[in-house]
Amino acid sequence: MSRAQRGRVQRVYVPADSAARSVGADEVADELVAAAAAAGREIQLVRNGSRGMLWLEPLVEVETAAGRIAYGPVQAGDVAALVAAGMLDGAPTQGCHGRTDDIDWLASQHRVTFRRVGVTDPLDIADYRAHGGFAGLERALTMTPAAVVDAVTESGLRGRGGAGFPAGIKWKTVHDAGSDLKFVCANADEGDSGTFADRMLMEGDPFTLIEGMTIAAYAVGATEGYIYLRSEYPDAVRIMRQAIDVAYAHGCLGAGVLGSGLGFDLFVRVGAGAYICGEETSMLESLEGRRGLVRSKPPIPALAGLFGRPTVVNNVLTLGTVPMILAEGPASYQDLGVERSRGTQVFQLAGNVRRGGIVETGFGITLGELVEGYGGGSASGRPVRAVQVGGPLGAYLPVDRFDLPMDYEAFAAADAMVGHGGLVVFDETVDMARQARFAMEFCAVESCGKCTPCRIGSVRGVETIDKIIGGVDRERNLLVLDDLCTTMTKGSLCAMGGLTPMPVQSALQHFPEDFDRPPADTAGLPVPDKFAAETAARNAALMAGEVQR
Amino acid sequence: MSWSTHEVERSTVVREIAASLKGERGALMPILHRVVAEVGYLTHEDTTVIAEVLNLSEAEVHGVATFYKDFRREPAAERVVQICRGEACQAVGAEALVAHATSTLGVEVDTRSADGTVELEQIFCFGNCALGPAVSVDGRLHGRVGPDRLDVLVGARTGGARPAGAQR
Repeated sequence: MSRAQRGRVQRVYVPADSAARSVGADEVADELVAAAAAAGREIQLVRNGSRGMLWLEPLVEVETAAGRIAYGPVQAGDVAALVAAGMLDGAPTQGCHGRTDDIDWLASQHRVTFRRVGVTDPLDIADYRAHGGFAGLERALTMTPAAVVDAVTESGLRGRGGAGFPAGIKWKTVHDAGSDLKFVCANADEGDSGTFADRMLMEGDPFTLIEGMTIAAYAVGATEGYIYLRSEYPDAVRIMRQAIDVAYAHGCLGAGVLGSGLGFDLFVRVGAGAYICGEETSMLESLEGRRGLVRSKPPIPALAGLFGRPTVVNNVLTLGTVPMILAEGPASYQDLGVERSRGTQVFQLAGNVRRGGIVETGFGITLGELVEGYGGGSASGRPVRAVQVGGPLGAYLPVDRFDLPMDYEAFAAADAMVGHGGLVVFDETVDMARQARFAMEFCAVESCGKCTPCRIGSVRGVETIDKIIGGVDRERNLLVLDDLCTTMTKGSLCAMGGLTPMPVQSALQHFPEDFDRPPADTAGLPVPDKFAAETAARNAALMAGEVQR
Repeated sequence: MSWSTHEVERSTVVREIAASLKGERGALMPILHRVVAEVGYLTHEDTTVIAEVLNLSEAEVHGVATFYKDFRREPAAERVVQICRGEACQAVGAEALVAHATSTLGVEVDTRSADGTVELEQIFCFGNCALGPAVSVDGRLHGRVGPDRLDVLVGARTGGARPAGAQR
């Protein structure tokens, strides 16, 4: 070690993202501090967000004159040896990936919404500004509110929560609505399995959401905002609340935002373990202090939302993208993507995938490029068999649909949905009949119970799939299931009951062989299957009149 | 401390919490969260007090308190084990992990052990979907948890003792 190095404070990054923490990032951080002290090196430890390369977590980055050098996955037990081998000087030790910015997986992405995640210190507002933060809000404040709405419309930004409704049109409705009180709500109830981008944005770059919500408030004339954040994300709740405090202290929230005439107050409200509250009207009910029962529409929330007032309800990523659109102009965002799917989508690779994490890129990339290219196939090394796209209510697609471009309309045409861009990969060991059953079971557990097709249809769905799996009157029960799916799709109040048939029917369509097994095959399967088989056997016995009810 | 004194104190605490938050918009959810955080769980008497402070019907408060899973009606067990059963975790063995947990802990899903020390809960998604199976033990999230790691995590919380009801 040279004399110059010895005297220099070395900046080292270890993510505080909860995914990184779940595989030991805190322990790595502690070891780094101890190892640096033992080596007589002064380090400045920054707990950043995650770069999104989750398979490399815990990922340690060391700042050097050449840029940040990445090491990962690093285990606490490796730290002392890595430090001894020169990690603090950016040496190419084992597990070193060179410059983070040169890692192809990352470098080939087009990060807009996630531009700062993992790069900055999440709660350092000066760092946020230094990386372009508040440029969008500052620009917006020089425009008329109507012009801000127009910019969002022109950008082509569509709701990232799953439905893909044009954000600008929603904003215009709220803007045009006459009311002395309007609200902006961020839907941060990211309950779908396979999605974690909202969480990572809130943990890794919380000021972006604050800025996006403030721009929305200015554009539509709202004075209060609420972030409805699920209780399963305690780290995100803590970081968002801290960030809001920091923003208030720096005049970025409250009366006279950034010295302007805009007043905007922002609050975090925590969910309480109900999946249905991710549905916007259910979320509004919950925010009002009631059971999360879905509302009938109309009236739409844009006109009669929170406490009956005009309300913008947008997903975290939708609001988190707005600052970039304002800062760089709608055209730069509109230039990305394909057809009517403009801009970028923050895809999330999850499940049985070798390289899971965040892939933000323009719409139009194919399913195969994401799963096989970025994802590198399955984590187990077995062939990939199915990918569920868009969450628990999304379709299961087989490998022969890997040519599908990620585009709202192209997916809809294939009886699937892009949704929020979450992709859950399954290898060849997956039992698609079980997955179909689970979709119904999940709906039965999480239905708010307001409408009959969802509340009862899901329970009947589980029973019917059990019969099909158990070989009871299979042909007729397939017809019953099909009928049930149609009723749920057409008769449910919201997407919970309305889309639960999508995973069921896609599994039936693409993997019919899994629904046609001899009942004996279920003997060695894990408990839920055994349960299904037993239920089916009992049902069969009942139908045959062998046992009394 | 006598039972009645304890009850009086509890209702005072709950009343203070409700009164301090009643000015918030849609105050009921924040109040219920705060009560569970500070007192540990909700009782019927708590909902009566809250209803009184907010000028809501008891039925309204009861309805909200029972709709949401987080507002527990009994104290948490010494050890709370939550296993994600979302699709992404299923794709990497969550169902087998649940089966392992039920047999080694001697607890069915969403129940607690006979001696009341361990609670096993199914969760649908911690947002750790690229590093599953995800498990939370006493509020601490862990990724890539297989059966062996689960045994260590659960055991570690009791100073290395074998999990209650362990068969092996």
